[in-house]
Amino acid sequence: MRAARRITAAVCAVALASACGSEESGTTVNVYYSTEENFDQVVAKCTEAAGGRYRIALNTLPREADGQREQMVRRLAAGDSDMDVLGLDVTWVAEFAEAGWIAEWTGADKSAVEDGTLEGPLDTARWTGKLYAAPKNTNVQLLWYRGDLVTQPPSTWAEMLDQARALKAAGKPSTVLMTGAQYEGLVVQFATLVASAGGKILSDDSTRAVVDDGAVRALQALRDLATSPVSSPSLSNAKEDDIRLAFQGGEAAFQLNWPFVYAAMAKANPELASKMKWAPYPSVDQGKAGTVTIGGFNLAVSEYSRHKAEAFEAAKCLRDAESQKYSAINSGVPPTIESVYDDPDLAGPYPMRDAIRAELKRAAVRPLTPAYQTVSTLISTILSPPSSIDPPATADRLRKELQDALDSKGVLP
Amino acid sequence: MTRTLDRPVARRAERKGLSEGKKAERKLGWMLCAPAALVMLAVTGYPIVYSVWLSLQRYDLRFPDQRQFIGIDNYVTVLTNSYWWMAFGVTTLITVISVAIELVLGMALAIVMHRTLVMRGLVRTVALIPYGIVTVVAAFSWRYAWTQDTGYLADLFAPGAALLTERVPALGIIILAEVWKTVPFMALLLMAGLALVPDDLLKAASMDGASAWQRFVKVTVPVMKPAILVALLFRTLDAFRVFDNIFVLTNGAQQTGSVSMQTYNNLIKGLNLGIGSTMSVLIFLAVALIAFLFIKVFGTAAPGGADERKR
Repeated sequence: MRAARRITAAVCAVALASACGSEESGTTVNVYYSTEENFDQVVAKCTEAAGGRYRIALNTLPREADGQREQMVRRLAAGDSDMDVLGLDVTWVAEFAEAGWIAEWTGADKSAVEDGTLEGPLDTARWTGKLYAAPKNTNVQLLWYRGDLVTQPPSTWAEMLDQARALKAAGKPSTVLMTGAQYEGLVVQFATLVASAGGKILSDDSTRAVVDDGAVRALQALRDLATSPVSSPSLSNAKEDDIRLAFQGGEAAFQLNWPFVYAAMAKANPELASKMKWAPYPSVDQGKAGTVTIGGFNLAVSEYSRHKAEAFEAAKCLRDAESQKYSAINSGVPPTIESVYDDPDLAGPYPMRDAIRAELKRAAVRPLTPAYQTVSTLISTILSPPSSIDPPATADRLRKELQDALDSKGVLP
Repeated sequence: MTRTLDRPVARRAERKGLSEGKKAERKLGWMLCAPAALVMLAVTGYPIVYSVWLSLQRYDLRFPDQRQFIGIDNYVTVLTNSYWWMAFGVTTLITVISVAIELVLGMALAIVMHRTLVMRGLVRTVALIPYGIVTVVAAFSWRYAWTQDTGYLADLFAPGAALLTERVPALGIIILAEVWKTVPFMALLLMAGLALVPDDLLKAASMDGASAWQRFVKVTVPVMKPAILVALLFRTLDAFRVFDNIFVLTNGAQQTGSVSMQTYNNLIKGLNLGIGSTMSVLIFLAVALIAFLFIKVFGTAAPGGADERKR
């Protein structure tokens, strides 16, 4: 026995102090989160706030969304108890909740999260009327345009294409950049346009594929852009970063993209950055404000966690107003707590915060369904490439294949 | 495969008249084998039966409450789905083309390795390097090599074009990666066959005035036919299950996904255990059919074929 103990001590001495120390000095809350700059600072702050009762360990998930989801799903399906707090993309909450993998937020924890949080992001954290996650940060797309070329930003999709055509005729940079590759980014654009046109993709209880008239008009809008002379030749291959780079190159007049482009542009091309302006995402119908779909991350607590109480507490700390302010300033992610937007410290690094908040107030969510992964894959497959969209026929195909997906008969390509 | 290889040995024992001692020895042999056989059965038989059972249910981890037995509905769903047949077509295409190229190149490499007089060991070792590299690692280096702007092969052959994002070139690159990786394996199997061809036979043919090509086609190939069939069978079964290269190179985009990719997507990404298991059962059946065809149609000389049984 004594020999064994001596060996353990020796191993502990050699290994990292944290690995062996945690067993003696108490609980470790394991947080699984995607790559976010400076998030380790927030984690360190919350460990400190715990006052030695527990330690928060940050485990960074793969950079790609699919990789993040797959790792968590695989481990949760096997009932892995080593994961406590999970960073979920806003579209995964329904799936994880329905599968029984994440714990419901109740009582004081629930009211602490709901208090002061914007309604749009909160919607993404709910499933069947219950709260399953705490919105950590949100995201909305804006229309970014060249202030030196465009005096009055377009308010509708058609107006945007007209302005671009006029610029092209005048021989100026005119391209309209959109994320048109076969991936989630295309689904975001489609969902935004459908919401703008007042349409629906799925029924509210997500049992039926609706794909109504609004969706058909959204498909028409996508087609209009894709077949227009002002669309980029690499539209069907463009992701967020590709269009950011293309805009930085100076050939484009408009891009529909997330707010991260602001900081990136300021760093890469300060001269052009001073000319880059932002406006709300254009609407489909004249005279109606556009509605955008929101992105971002929610924090959930694993149903299999052995330290649920500590996990809820840690999750609350990681997304409280102070943490969100720090992340907004240092990592550029938009907060979900409304009061943070009023903080004067945000003005410098976040000049477009009012536009973001205004969009968040009338935001829509992507279809909430446990089968989101299949729904999204099917939408991006069917809509790709955007120039091949034939609005009524494409809508029929969407309706049929999405219904199969909701009935577990959908085959992922 | 082990089964087909073991069988002749067992039969040979059977044919000899068995004495009492032999019988007891054989019984002991069976008993000694039993634990291993049982483990094999547990680790191969159980998962197969379980996935057949799963394939007969609506079982989707995202809708756990709606789990139910639905008979062959999943098979109807998959077999009437255009994505499945698209993947099936892609897989068949990759299999046929890559195995055909591998056979030709593998044969050439085998002859080189067989005939090399100087530095035999070195030549054989160098030739085997691609086979020794982990597929995923090799696939990544192919991907980087073909990446637009930064890849040296992309710069060399198609500057400015993103070949991996176009369907036909992407399939070509997948086949190239497969071929590069497995030609050494093919060559190794074929070289074993070449060693079976007696030199005397070749010399005799040469004396009769046969040209090198005639000697190869009329003497070498018929004698090594069993080895060729084994090599083809192994590679076809492997190629039909192609996954790693596609996963890394295109991740199945632009309709380059194989049936294995699709099964993975439905099972691991989609969490649809019913549909996913249906697909894996279908792949299992396809692979079994390939093996059956090789042995019955092509192969009087294939292992376990009629020829060998008579011996």
